[in-house]
Amino acid sequence: MANREPMIELIGLGKTFESKNSYVKALEDINLTIYEGEIFGIIGLSGAGKSTLVRCINYLERPTTGKVIFDKTDLSEVGDRELLKIRQSMGMIFQQFNLLMQRNTLQNICFPLEIAGVSVKDAKKRAYELLDVVGLTDKAKAYPAQLSGGQKQRVAIARALATKPKVLLCDEATSALDPTTTRSILELLREINKNLGITIVVITHEMSVIEEICNRVAIIDESRIAEIGDVEEVFMRPKSKIARQLVFSGANHIDSFVGEDKCRIIFDGRTSFEPVIANMVLECRTPVNILFADTKDIDGKAFGQMVIQLPEDESSKKRIFAYLEMHKIPHEEVL
Amino acid sequence: MFSQAMLELIGIGILETLYMTILSSVLAYILGLPLGILLVITDKDGIAPMVTINRIIGFIVNIFRSIPFVILLVALLPFTRMVVGTTLGPNALVVPLVIGSAPYIARLVESSLKEVDHGVIEAAQSMGASPSQIVFKVLIPEAMPSLIMGGAIAVITILSYSAMGGFVGAGGLGTLAINYGYYRYQVNIMLITIAILVLIVQGFQELGGRLMRRFDKRL
Repeated sequence: MANREPMIELIGLGKTFESKNSYVKALEDINLTIYEGEIFGIIGLSGAGKSTLVRCINYLERPTTGKVIFDKTDLSEVGDRELLKIRQSMGMIFQQFNLLMQRNTLQNICFPLEIAGVSVKDAKKRAYELLDVVGLTDKAKAYPAQLSGGQKQRVAIARALATKPKVLLCDEATSALDPTTTRSILELLREINKNLGITIVVITHEMSVIEEICNRVAIIDESRIAEIGDVEEVFMRPKSKIARQLVFSGANHIDSFVGEDKCRIIFDGRTSFEPVIANMVLECRTPVNILFADTKDIDGKAFGQMVIQLPEDESSKKRIFAYLEMHKIPHEEVL
Repeated sequence: MFSQAMLELIGIGILETLYMTILSSVLAYILGLPLGILLVITDKDGIAPMVTINRIIGFIVNIFRSIPFVILLVALLPFTRMVVGTTLGPNALVVPLVIGSAPYIARLVESSLKEVDHGVIEAAQSMGASPSQIVFKVLIPEAMPSLIMGGAIAVITILSYSAMGGFVGAGGLGTLAINYGYYRYQVNIMLITIAILVLIVQGFQELGGRLMRRFDKRL
């Protein structure tokens, strides 16, 4: 990010839900800063508190402790009326799209403008501009029931952008969509971020979404931030247990090989076409078992990771590590 | 089959019944709709939670809902006389009809509005919509098809209540059925009023269904 102006600051944020005879701590001591113009990811398993967190940012949920500072304004200090005004500069999209079912596409996009008190004529003009941005000009008169999931989310994005917000909050925005549609929606979000300079906060449980568009990521586990950092850094060298679990998404069974020594090899684009594993096996003269592999080829460079099961005897193990060290292949022992 | 005079009585009965039903429905909605909205928004999970107010309204609604209409009708006679100056005729019956059906309508409205997806309300809140904007731009328009169906149910209920007015000389088809069909054993009058009531009910239901389909953009 060229300009590191903080857009959203969460300071010592906590949220406790009270019911008749129990307290549920949804968030505890959350501290993070989201800068202007970045795409910031918040990832966690279901129930980790990430949805509550995003709702604290626009005060749909009032935090029990701590502060939310949005664009230099402390939200705990503003009145109700002013809060409604501030929310107009934070767009939000949802997993279930949440469109008004009795309004057509155009009327849905005009809705936030109506709330903001924009005239019908100006609202319509703005709505058509946005339909163009999301590529749905031909669906202006269609009702949500006539649209596909991806189209509905495009309408929701157009609607969220109508009031020219500074921030777009995405709460599991692609979780109800198929992989192809997910990619196109993420592509759209990236374009919006680039062309309009809107700060985007992405809440998800899928590491692939984070990898695809985020600059930085915070990992939430059991109501707290477990890890925070640049996406590549977290992806290649996850420190916390939960980060490993998420990075290994779809490979949770690795944990079930208890008592075996495993090694994670990271393909960071440096090792390109070289047959890393095959060469290692030949050179070290010891077979390895591949437990998990998730690699992608981008422009002839390999990205991703592989988990191999290490041989039993110490000397073979040492040979493998020596080989990896020598060839500067990022790796780590997985316990 | 019927004399000219009888046919005239039946004609007047139909008009009086329709008059009482429609006027009472309109007035009952003027009372019941806001009550239903209040029940929804002041709920503890509503958009303007006010638990005490919610309990009070709920309690009053339940009291009126638990009194059988025939009893309410008689119990309200002094009040009716105070309001319209008489206890006879269609205008007099409108008073208990409104009081008896408004709480029922409040519950119907409440259940219709509660069908609106919470996510849509949350989306409106995220755009900075005030509670009143949410009521008039989200809750009511989104629940419109269901409100219309509820409206048909309410009108039909009021119609059936209005027939009970026959016992206190309210006029309309109820009076006709009781005075001629019951007290004078004219079975054919009884049967014809029943047939007409069935037709009116069918008509309202059909109208409600058509309106709903016209308003509902989800189909």
